[in-house]
Amino acid sequence: MMPTSIPQQELMEPGHTACQGCGATLAMRYALKALGKKTVVSVPASCWAVIPGAMPNRTLDIPMVYTPFAATGASISGLREALDIRGDSDYNVVGFAGDGGTADIGLQSLSGAMERGHNVFYIMYDNEGYMNTGVQRSGSTPYGAETTTTPVGLERNFKKQQKKIVADIMMAQGVPYVATATIAYPEDLIRKVQNARKITGPKFIQILAPCPTGWYYPPEKTIEVSRMAVQSRMFLLYEYSEGKFRLTKPSRPVTVKEYVQSQKRFSHMDENEIRILQEEVDRRWGELLEKESH
Amino acid sequence: MREIGSKASIMTGNEAVAEGVRLARVGFISAYPITPQTTIVEKLAEMVANREISARYVEVESEHSAMAAVFASEIAGVRSYTATSSQGLLYMHEMLHWVAGQRLPVVMSVVNRAIGPPWNIWSDQSDSMNQKDTGWIQVYSESNQEAMDTLIMGYRIAEDSGVMLPFMSMEDAFILSHTSEQVLIPDQDLVDEFLPELHLDFRVDSDHPMGYGSYSTPDGPFMELKKDMMDSMWKSADTIRKVTQEFSEIFGRDYGGLIEEYMTEGAEYILVASGTVASTAKYVAGKMRENGMKVGIVRIRYFRPFPAEDIVRAVKGASHVGVIDRSVSFGSGGAMFNEVRAALYGRSDVPVTGFIAGIGGRDVREEDIEGMVNMMAAGKEGNVFINVRGGK
Repeated sequence: MMPTSIPQQELMEPGHTACQGCGATLAMRYALKALGKKTVVSVPASCWAVIPGAMPNRTLDIPMVYTPFAATGASISGLREALDIRGDSDYNVVGFAGDGGTADIGLQSLSGAMERGHNVFYIMYDNEGYMNTGVQRSGSTPYGAETTTTPVGLERNFKKQQKKIVADIMMAQGVPYVATATIAYPEDLIRKVQNARKITGPKFIQILAPCPTGWYYPPEKTIEVSRMAVQSRMFLLYEYSEGKFRLTKPSRPVTVKEYVQSQKRFSHMDENEIRILQEEVDRRWGELLEKESH
Repeated sequence: MREIGSKASIMTGNEAVAEGVRLARVGFISAYPITPQTTIVEKLAEMVANREISARYVEVESEHSAMAAVFASEIAGVRSYTATSSQGLLYMHEMLHWVAGQRLPVVMSVVNRAIGPPWNIWSDQSDSMNQKDTGWIQVYSESNQEAMDTLIMGYRIAEDSGVMLPFMSMEDAFILSHTSEQVLIPDQDLVDEFLPELHLDFRVDSDHPMGYGSYSTPDGPFMELKKDMMDSMWKSADTIRKVTQEFSEIFGRDYGGLIEEYMTEGAEYILVASGTVASTAKYVAGKMRENGMKVGIVRIRYFRPFPAEDIVRAVKGASHVGVIDRSVSFGSGGAMFNEVRAALYGRSDVPVTGFIAGIGGRDVREEDIEGMVNMMAAGKEGNVFINVRGGK
């Protein structure tokens, strides 16, 4: 067996209040292993505003600043500048926000912070919807998904729009470090956060964090679903560092059909709808392959 | 007036406020441009560029972000400042609650400007009146000198360990913000003596990790924390009086306290006003006194905490009280009028009339204020719009 490269240090204590099989808790735990103790995390309204428990409980062994929904980007800007003024430039300043708080209500604040070039990390944990609020659609919800605001009844009102991919927006904006990761590949996730640490400036990492509660699959399947998201190319792993783009090619591809069949949120989809989703996945795969070859 | 350790200069209200920020040794400034506040932060950016102030200046992409950025810098223990007006202040509203609830002594200048539509950049108090329930101390100035001095006092009051509430300092759009007056700029040494460095007990520190603002259930400390804000707000009145007194001893300028009384001694008709309208009212009171009308003025400086006791005491003996509001709560009346009347309830039978004036920068002229006094003398009550076309 190969020795693991995952740091031993634990900054997440037991006793959190997340759902069984929560992907977002693993995303935070792995990210902190790469970031270390000298880290402050700003968290907006999200699952992670609840996971540490009611005051005065904590589950992380680092300072954690809670902010309103749209404030993540601006709050990490203020924290970074103030810590530098104090002479504490060795702190990692991290915004840790969900996909609703990033792709939707927080996009302006994120874009502003990245454009200003603060030396910060913005980690988007992507569970593809407003899961803490009861599984509503977000801009990051994929095509085909049923949510509580895109319900399938007599009208087939599942989400008709394709997923808004914030990491792509960040690359287009010229953020010096952009990566995607998911919890099924912790070595890759941790290495990407470590690589980001080498860069002084804004860093953006989007971590797919499957959610058994909102995606409707058994909690013990979280890692499997996370892995299948990559293998089906529904969620592509890449790293974009100072102009260089590297795409991970999944070793054992599975079809979009196999992926959607693993979760009840897609169970209403017919062959034609699955084909529409497969075509979009193929198109984007081709697009990113071409991007890598340039 | 003593003018110790200061130099005289001619400057606009916004320049005076920027001087106050410099003298207060603010460490972090974040703002979004909006008229007529803009020249404050332009001046500060210039001071940073010329190394006249050792602060960092960050122009953000929105006012919500400006307040979020100073929220975060203050929680890291750095004295922080922002300024805004009008729509920008409304856009910050959510963050105002957040800063106050987290008990952060941020100081902000608000250049009072109307709220659209229609678009209007001129002075009224609708913007700050809409924030009266956010947990911020609120103060209105009537001169450029007072705007600067209030800002310096603001940090002392807000950072007092018994207060720990944010501080919103208002000046009238254009009438102060863009109008030049003589301002005495105190020496830095004296300001340093008056205003020590900020030491936040609970600043962000990885050796003592804390959760800042995690959730509280109904049985948790939520309600107690809100009550504590109320208690601190009431207690801040004494701190305001104490700090204002100390300021006058060091700098020779005495602003009284939460209110300023002008010719209230033996006054039959007392007008309650704020900002520059109060200056005009004081002038008119002097003139009417010469003609035998016993007019006095109460100038509200602090609207939060509301100086109910001070006002009740000041208008005692008057036969009629009028309140001038530069904002209106639609379907109710002027906010100051409502609060003055509530303060008097059960303690005085004096009739109170509300005058809504100067909305959207409409001039409040001498004759308008004379008219108010005449209406009071004629026993007119209720809410009256002043200098408005199409009838009363």
